[in-house]
Amino acid sequence: MYKAMRTLIKAATVSALITAAIVSSAFAQSSLSNQGGDQAIKEIERYRQALGDGNPAELWEARGEDIWKQKRGPKMVSLEQCDLGLGAGVVKGAYTVLPKFFSDSDKVEDLESRLVTCMVMLQGFPYDQAKKNPFGGPDNKSDMEALVAYISGSSRGMKMNVTGNHPDEKKYYALGRKMFFHRGGPHDFSCASCHGADGQRIRLQALPNLLKQETARSAYTTWPAYRVSQGEARSFQWRLFDCFRQQRFPELEFTSDASIALTMFLAKNANGGVMNAPAIKR
Amino acid sequence: MINCTMMNKKVSGVFGTIFFAVSGIGLLATTAIAAETAVKTDNKMNTKIDVKIDSRKETALAKAALEMMQASFKTRGQASVDRLQQDETQGLCSQYQDNPPKAVRVRIEAINQKLLKYPADGKLLGSWKEGEKIAQSGVGKQFSDNPETPAGGNCYACHQLTKTELSYGNIGPSLYNFGKVRGYSEAILKYTYGKISNSEAFSACSNMPRFGHGGILTEQQIKHVTALLMDPESPVNK
Repeated sequence: MYKAMRTLIKAATVSALITAAIVSSAFAQSSLSNQGGDQAIKEIERYRQALGDGNPAELWEARGEDIWKQKRGPKMVSLEQCDLGLGAGVVKGAYTVLPKFFSDSDKVEDLESRLVTCMVMLQGFPYDQAKKNPFGGPDNKSDMEALVAYISGSSRGMKMNVTGNHPDEKKYYALGRKMFFHRGGPHDFSCASCHGADGQRIRLQALPNLLKQETARSAYTTWPAYRVSQGEARSFQWRLFDCFRQQRFPELEFTSDASIALTMFLAKNANGGVMNAPAIKR
Repeated sequence: MINCTMMNKKVSGVFGTIFFAVSGIGLLATTAIAAETAVKTDNKMNTKIDVKIDSRKETALAKAALEMMQASFKTRGQASVDRLQQDETQGLCSQYQDNPPKAVRVRIEAINQKLLKYPADGKLLGSWKEGEKIAQSGVGKQFSDNPETPAGGNCYACHQLTKTELSYGNIGPSLYNFGKVRGYSEAILKYTYGKISNSEAFSACSNMPRFGHGGILTEQQIKHVTALLMDPESPVNK
């Protein structure tokens, strides 16, 4: 509890510090205008490191652990017998093997869809209720995002290790790759428009090249993340949902097949990368 | 089966070396597979990639991916599921992962030259001051945007334009001194308007949206952005 309080106090200072980082980097740029972007990115990265031990996502992690252990749903059982990929009840390291094919549901599932499956199968929640409220807001905290923070945080320091050998896993990987290059909408954008080359920026925001091992790893292993500008710990499903919004696509449905296929493509490309989530992002 | 040595190059470089047109068998190298096999060799700079190509499989996969997407996205606000459906240009660029062979490139540019529309009044130059506002604004076409609000061009997201705006992206080239460098001729003016309206008519599989063709900017707005680039008084040319 003390730790949570301390984190809360730190959280209040986070946005102020980030603002300071951006302001100071803007000043730094005026004298270095041709490398303004790089300078700003370095400054933000410096503050990010300084904040590393005070990530407000800890609050989501603590709440997620409580929810994981609580007896809930019509069957009044906890999620502690949920198989996240490494056997019933194993949380540590589970995030590194997802997405994965599960024979009980006969589906390839990422963390979020697997949690929905466990809520339905173990706890007896109706499917629609298990999927409700995937992304939280100020007055409406999401249990799903808390669970995701707890479970992903339990893989910190461990290497991504998605096997992808099952025929359905291979199929999802191949479909995810197709999605990555699928242009559409009024702007003709695909994922590759922003994430297919090195060193690209939108304004001053750096965009990782998700087709190259090093940057694919560092991007994937720092999600889920606490988003300072939103004051929320966000899941990978949220990351994809919001990318597609900016791509001017229609709404990607939570835990939909396409969301899992794309996650399979991105997660497997990050294999070998060391998990460091929930991280902290602007 | 093609062996290719990738030396940490840009995707396009890799593509250039492994793409050759074989009649009947369209070659589709998958840079993604590079990432897949790269894991085995870990951090070595040279990654040997074995790429199996089968265009029929790729076409079937594209169809399956579209069907999967159509079942996974839903219409929200102005962003309807129709947006997943591709026109020929989008389909070809996706198929060739934005790096089509020359013949396809020529075809894409020809399709878009036909689609390219110039203003009926023949006037191409608006107000650079209005153009600057449009260049700054990233509003528009997202499901979270009000469709009644005019969209921006968001030029600064990808381009440097003036010396005063330091927050600019680099996906596109710097356009600082655009008119000053190229000259203020009628030919360049026409090219500028055309490029903003339909970039694919000049550069196949460009990352730049087709602002006119896509219905993002109106004719009048494109005139304003043209002026931002081509008016000698614009800060772009100072």
